[in-house]
Amino acid sequence: MNTHFFSDTSVMLGRTMRHITRSPDTIITTTIMPIAFMLLFVYVFGGAIQTGSKNYVNYLLPGILLITIASGISYTAYRLFLDLQSGIFDRYNSMPIARSSALWGHVLTSVVANGISVIVVILVALLMGFRSSAGPLAWLEVAGILLVFTLALTWLAVIPGLTAKSVDGAAAFAYPLIFLPFISSAFVPTSTMPGPVRAFAENQPVTSIVNTIRALFEQQPVGSDIWVALAWCGGLLVIAFVFAMAAYRRKIA
Amino acid sequence: MEETNVAIQVHGLRKSYKEAQVLKGVDFAVRRGEIFALLGSNGAGKTTIVRILSTLLKPDDGMARVNGFDVRSQPEKVRESISLTGQFAAVDEILTGRENLIMIAKLRRVKNAGKVADDLLQRFGLADAAKRRVATYSGGMRRRLDIAMSLIGGAPVLFLDEPTTGLDPEGRIEVWQVIQNLANSGVTVFLTTQYLDEAEKLADRIAILHDGVIIVSGTLEDLRKLLPPAKVEYVERQPTLEEIFLAIIGSDKAGSDKVSSDKVGSEKEAQR
Repeated sequence: MNTHFFSDTSVMLGRTMRHITRSPDTIITTTIMPIAFMLLFVYVFGGAIQTGSKNYVNYLLPGILLITIASGISYTAYRLFLDLQSGIFDRYNSMPIARSSALWGHVLTSVVANGISVIVVILVALLMGFRSSAGPLAWLEVAGILLVFTLALTWLAVIPGLTAKSVDGAAAFAYPLIFLPFISSAFVPTSTMPGPVRAFAENQPVTSIVNTIRALFEQQPVGSDIWVALAWCGGLLVIAFVFAMAAYRRKIA
Repeated sequence: MEETNVAIQVHGLRKSYKEAQVLKGVDFAVRRGEIFALLGSNGAGKTTIVRILSTLLKPDDGMARVNGFDVRSQPEKVRESISLTGQFAAVDEILTGRENLIMIAKLRRVKNAGKVADDLLQRFGLADAAKRRVATYSGGMRRRLDIAMSLIGGAPVLFLDEPTTGLDPEGRIEVWQVIQNLANSGVTVFLTTQYLDEAEKLADRIAILHDGVIIVSGTLEDLRKLLPPAKVEYVERQPTLEEIFLAIIGSDKAGSDKVSSDKVGSEKEAQR
């Protein structure tokens, strides 16, 4: 790693952050779908869903936050793809700078942009009746889990961003991620699902993450779910990072 | 040629993409401070050579040195010696012209990034557009900004990959002027082009890449000698469409005449 890594990365971060502040529509479109789901499930389906929780918004919010992040990271793949197409990466890579800084600029921008989207969605949830008695420490833990989840999905998004053949291909990979929460404990308790679906739902990463965040919001003990959640996110982060860096090295020689 | 006078040296360069052999042993040398034009048809491998010399692509075989540094073993040193203006203007459309320049100045760790940016904007006739997003720029303005970005940091060797492709006649003349001025200031310019008139007007020396090898190289005079000597014929001198176009639209680019009269001029009437 080059000695200029941090200063170069901060210049790159400044650049991609400007992209976001100058086209806030990317944040708005990121938050519209999760907010629409939230409205739909709370005010249309919610009355018929038995969760054992008095407040369905409280039950729903953790899964909605994961959907928010999953739809947000598709923009990272999109922006990265455009940079490669436009030749801007060629300019950076022919300059005496830390080569990975261009990639890190995109990753850190994704973290900031998703952070803003998550805050917007939480504010809307508050308007819809979300209430939590969680203290600062529990909120910090929620933020930490969402951060690791965002980093893991962002590095996953870097792979199609670098390897896709078209803009559509770069952004399309996120759709399965957006729908993963539907087959989990995010909207309804898994105990209502038929055998094989239930088995899948209970053993996929979203359920453990949702259960952990829900427990933290409700000030309940998190049990082993938090470790399962962190293992999923951490494992995915490491694997995605390794593959993304390999794809990057192949791309830039 | 003495070693210290050589800016770029390439010997036996080979590169294949899967089955397709693009470069089959390319040799040439570029002297310091000259404009060297690499000519070739689309797909001849010009961009591949530029990408290898600017450390974006590794050669399969052969030697390539830029500013005395080997592209494979000293890529960092090569990157400190060069600036690349690729085939497509590598400018950030969402940033303003000034922000684009400041960003490159920061990455190159130039002091007074703001002042460097303002000077370049002035020099390239972009001062009025400095605070506008690049998305609103014309093709010629983007190209000028692109080249201005490449000048930050004062790299001694400049690569320009098809710098005038897609520009209108005025834009081309603007870019030609910039390139001529750069060479006058001592920068080595390695230019690829598919426009023969561009090489003819700008280049000190020309190499033609065909079928994976350099088939000829030398000054325009050297290349002329390859054909039977010119025979003097008297023909009525018609204005070219370019001259008509520029006269009608009333282009006030005073330097355009300077560039075009520099190297052609007298040859125009004497046709083979």
